[in-house]
Amino acid sequence: MSGVRVLVGTRKGAFVLASDGKRERWDVSGPHFAGWEIYHVKGSPADPNRLFASQTSGWFGQIIQRSDDGGKTWTQPGTPPGEPTTGPGGMPKGESNKFQYDSSSETGKPLTTHQFYDGTQHPWEFKRVWHIEPSLTDPDTVYAGVEDAALFRSNDGGKSWQELSGLRGHGTGPKWQPGAGGMCLHTIVLDPSNPERMFVAISAAGAFRSDDAGNTWRPINRGLKSQYIPDPEAEVGHCVHRIAMHRSRPGVLFMQKHWDVMRTDNAGDLWQEISGNLPTDFGFAIDVHAHEPETIYVVPIKSDGEHFPPDGKLRVYRSRSGGNEWEALTKGLPQRDCYVNVLRDAMAVDSLDKCGVYFGTTGGQVYASADAGDNWAPIVRDLPAVLSVEVQTLP
Amino acid sequence: MIRVVLPAHLRGLAHVSAEVELDIKGPATQRSVVDALEAKYPMLRGTVRDHVTQERRPFLRFFACEEDLSHESPDALLPDAVVSGKEPLLIVGAIAGG
Repeated sequence: MSGVRVLVGTRKGAFVLASDGKRERWDVSGPHFAGWEIYHVKGSPADPNRLFASQTSGWFGQIIQRSDDGGKTWTQPGTPPGEPTTGPGGMPKGESNKFQYDSSSETGKPLTTHQFYDGTQHPWEFKRVWHIEPSLTDPDTVYAGVEDAALFRSNDGGKSWQELSGLRGHGTGPKWQPGAGGMCLHTIVLDPSNPERMFVAISAAGAFRSDDAGNTWRPINRGLKSQYIPDPEAEVGHCVHRIAMHRSRPGVLFMQKHWDVMRTDNAGDLWQEISGNLPTDFGFAIDVHAHEPETIYVVPIKSDGEHFPPDGKLRVYRSRSGGNEWEALTKGLPQRDCYVNVLRDAMAVDSLDKCGVYFGTTGGQVYASADAGDNWAPIVRDLPAVLSVEVQTLP
Repeated sequence: MIRVVLPAHLRGLAHVSAEVELDIKGPATQRSVVDALEAKYPMLRGTVRDHVTQERRPFLRFFACEEDLSHESPDALLPDAVVSGKEPLLIVGAIAGG
């Protein structure tokens, strides 16, 4: 019987929630990496038992963990315990935790600074991995979006990482600036129909597209309007919070921006607003129904100053028309005195029939709906603040 | 033989439950101790000092014999009591946050 595995990253560890296809009873394992911030956990579509986790700490830096048995056991892929630390010839082995910006003379020179909070130029400094995106086809290939914003790729299962420096080097880097959460590359979307095409999003720089497998990039922010940017035609500087795609229509993207919910029908060449009747168009998370490419989900948050649902009511909003017309989904969700947030990477869908929808909150709840959002129930209520939620649909 | 006490998070990462013991070849300094620590426990690379700059992480401190050695040169000799194994070198995480 088919089942699902929900991968949850929290402020104090990772949790794996598993159920059969009914999605009524759940086994909870964890905390894995107790006490560490787990920004993201995601499985390989090419090998569902291969999971990658970003384990991070302001004290101890960045750790990449990998599991090859669906989350039961984990190792750092570059430095397994007990193995020699050097290879033939005495060269250091690949180190899975090492994210070094490209500083080569060919490409590194223009990549030295970005705009800081005070408007001055500031050097790039690696802080953590926000998002891990495994290849759709190769279990050894995986991408990492990091703070300060850059894109890295590993072709050896996470043992070693190389920057795709064409993103930082395409020319607008000195105009990028950190959002309140830092200057992070938090979204990586791979085009299932075209291995050369990929999308990323950065706060606060905007969205970018590559059509040559990540070597070169261009901003795709036309149509975005950001109140704090005086130039209505600004190429970069937009605080994109999240982008979602349905795999059957990779040219259609949906975006939750700092303010505004947007869509594009031409792979980002032009965006249009679809906020419609939402009670507020601020928010972080957005996702698309697994079987209905015009059905999308957001969780409206009151404002950038008040990161909680309007009126203390936790409501997912669903549009079945690709935006503009939204309905509130409330059954099973708290409708009073609720002041949690739902972060950008904390919503996901499974591909069962009916489509399951999941999201986690900063209050430690992970909610699931096994009927596309009509009814909700908590899988767990009291985890540490949830940073990310991913779902694997298992055969 | 040098004794090193790690913060709890790093003990978990290294799969050790108590202090670790390191054999140091040559002069015992902060640098040679961390070199030996990373060689014996490669999963700790990058956690005590930055991968690239090799500088101590800002929220970690080195203590021994009731003294803060954090701002000593990484190539300064450690106290005799640490070198002899009488006292451990303490790697301490700053108390901050939640």
